[in-house]
Amino acid sequence: MSRISQCAARASAQGRGLLIPYLVAGDPDFDTSLEIMHELVRQGADMIELGIPFSDPSSDGPAIQRGVERALAGGANLNGVLELAAKFRVGDTQTPIVLMGYLNPIEIMGYAQFTERCARADVDGVLVVDMPPAEAGDLPALLSGREIDRIFLVSPTTTAARAKEIIECTSGYLYYVSLKGVTGAALEDRESVAENIVRLREWTALPVVVGFGIRDVETALAMSELGDGIIIGSALVERIGQLPWASGRKADCISEAVALIGAVRQALDAREGTGELNS
Amino acid sequence: MPDTDKDIAGTDFSGPDETGHFGPYGGMFVGETLIRAVTELAEAYTELSSNREFWKGFDADLADYVGRPSPIYLAERLSDACNGARIWLKREDLNHTGAHKVNNTIGQALLARHMGKTRLIAETGAGQHGVASATVAARLGLQCRVYMGAEDIVRQAPNVYRMKLLGAEVVPVESGSRTLKDAMNEALRDWATHVDNTYYIIGTVAGPHPYPQMVRDFQSVIGREARSQILERTGALPEALVACVGGGSNAIGLFHPFLADNGVAMYGVEAAGLGLETPDHAAPLCAGRPGVLHGNRTYLMTDEHGQILDTHSISAGLDYPGVGPEHSWLKDLKRVQYVGATDAEALEAFHQLTRLEGIIPALESSHALAWATRLAAGMTSGQNILVNLSGRGDKDIEAVARLEGADFGSISGVGR
Ligand SMILES: Cc1ncc(COP(=O)(O)O)c(C=O)c1O
Repeated sequence: MSRISQCAARASAQGRGLLIPYLVAGDPDFDTSLEIMHELVRQGADMIELGIPFSDPSSDGPAIQRGVERALAGGANLNGVLELAAKFRVGDTQTPIVLMGYLNPIEIMGYAQFTERCARADVDGVLVVDMPPAEAGDLPALLSGREIDRIFLVSPTTTAARAKEIIECTSGYLYYVSLKGVTGAALEDRESVAENIVRLREWTALPVVVGFGIRDVETALAMSELGDGIIIGSALVERIGQLPWASGRKADCISEAVALIGAVRQALDAREGTGELNS
Repeated sequence: MPDTDKDIAGTDFSGPDETGHFGPYGGMFVGETLIRAVTELAEAYTELSSNREFWKGFDADLADYVGRPSPIYLAERLSDACNGARIWLKREDLNHTGAHKVNNTIGQALLARHMGKTRLIAETGAGQHGVASATVAARLGLQCRVYMGAEDIVRQAPNVYRMKLLGAEVVPVESGSRTLKDAMNEALRDWATHVDNTYYIIGTVAGPHPYPQMVRDFQSVIGREARSQILERTGALPEALVACVGGGSNAIGLFHPFLADNGVAMYGVEAAGLGLETPDHAAPLCAGRPGVLHGNRTYLMTDEHGQILDTHSISAGLDYPGVGPEHSWLKDLKRVQYVGATDAEALEAFHQLTRLEGIIPALESSHALAWATRLAAGMTSGQNILVNLSGRGDKDIEAVARLEGADFGSISGVGR
């Protein structure tokens, strides 16, 4: 069983919602990203989605765009992201890492080499935003050959027939996009999220995690209620962008950046704790 | 002039396949939220394009509203100056709104209306596609928002004002390199957000399937007309076709109806900027490599880490790091030769045509002219070159004045 599946199974056995923060690798620099990742785990993150900076993030809203621009300004690229993942693994053998990004950097590196590098860095999953299953070529087979999970998105506009096809190609977890729009937009239609996740659950036993519009404890609780877990990206990246990293108070900046994740963890656990008492 | 490839006979140029691929290029590389939108668009286009009434309506609009057919014109003084082949111009500059772009927006607006969409969005570089989109929106009473890189807004100020006069909202894009590619990113984000009521009019033969095919079909009117016009005027097909290539819509529009004509050489002219040997150009086919951007696999300007490179061209409409996937395929098949013209060469051609023929060309089209005059000089007077004069240069005169250090205010403002 993959590290992602184990992690999800453990959480499910404990009745706890998966908490998956997303950060742009190299924002503001790789050393800081590494420290942020370890702090995220200390604050209760179950897995980490590591964004690969790309010059043209056309599915991302302003917060992540700016994070990407900061990372690129510091010279970040796919090599650096893979090195970061490998370094993280040295200090943490438990927490699954999912690389999330756009196809061009992977295409230019070459699918075979990318897969090899992911395997060597002990990356657990790969999600390519602008690569639908039909356009994935031999990348899924290569990843699968190295036991790396293939994560795909399902959105409110995905038809039932297509959702079933996507599920066939997916391993690890299914990422449900909670809204029509880009990352960081406002989550308005919670009912549709609930309905769609109920339907997805009829078709798959994969964990379904919800992401895109989750920005605070309240939305986190609401969405966690519906799926097996939540992804928090823009809200974290926005905080990282607002902190005075050059001030020399790096430890403070890191705990401030990650505080939201700690608060969400506590809220999730408190609710789930009550749930257990009641049952 | 190099011989055209003798192996063309038998090559099937009818692409794309049903999933939008031209050989290894093209496809539908978009986020999941947009998959349904592009799929529905492809279905709607397939349905409508097999409907003869649709094409009748399209042709009628092109005739009455755009002023088609556009003539071909023998540029005698320009040809004499080259002392070689005769240069014919396909006068897309005479179209309503001043460029070939309107052929496409007329077609897509009909499709948008058929699909019941109430809001149009577009990206624009030179502003010609933005103007052409705002124009059809005004005519059909649709809401229109145009994304334009902040840098291009400065370069093409007259077109920005035209769009506003036409009732469109022009949104400056400040991200990335603040040019056409960033405007396209922003339009894709808008589309994903307003996917239910919004139709995205892409201005060139790039983007996810079905855009490269659909825009080509709408622009192919250029080549169909030009083919019969030149046959009628000269009794033969031309030795060569020349068109500038930004995303590649005016070029494919001219080339496509000639692809099976063995003896016709084709040249797509990319923006070589400060030179193909420098980093400052916008010539992915001449100096790039295949990758994936904006929904399709194609030749791109990308660095070794897969980041899209900043491009440079004197002309905003060519300042794009990608190119339509069909051009990538035609390059690999060697059916079309892709070459470059520098800023300086384009500027020289701009002045040359203006002075010799009394036609002010768009800076984009000036790239094609620059190559055509070079090509003509190596050919004989019995041979013919057909150049796509994709647009008029009215939008560029301010930028040219600025570039050449002239004070536009004092030139135009006779005595102030
Ligand atoms: C007059 C003119 N020609 C050419 C182009 C380049 O586009 P394409 O390569 O799609 O024809 C533009 C784009 O704005 C244009 O305005």
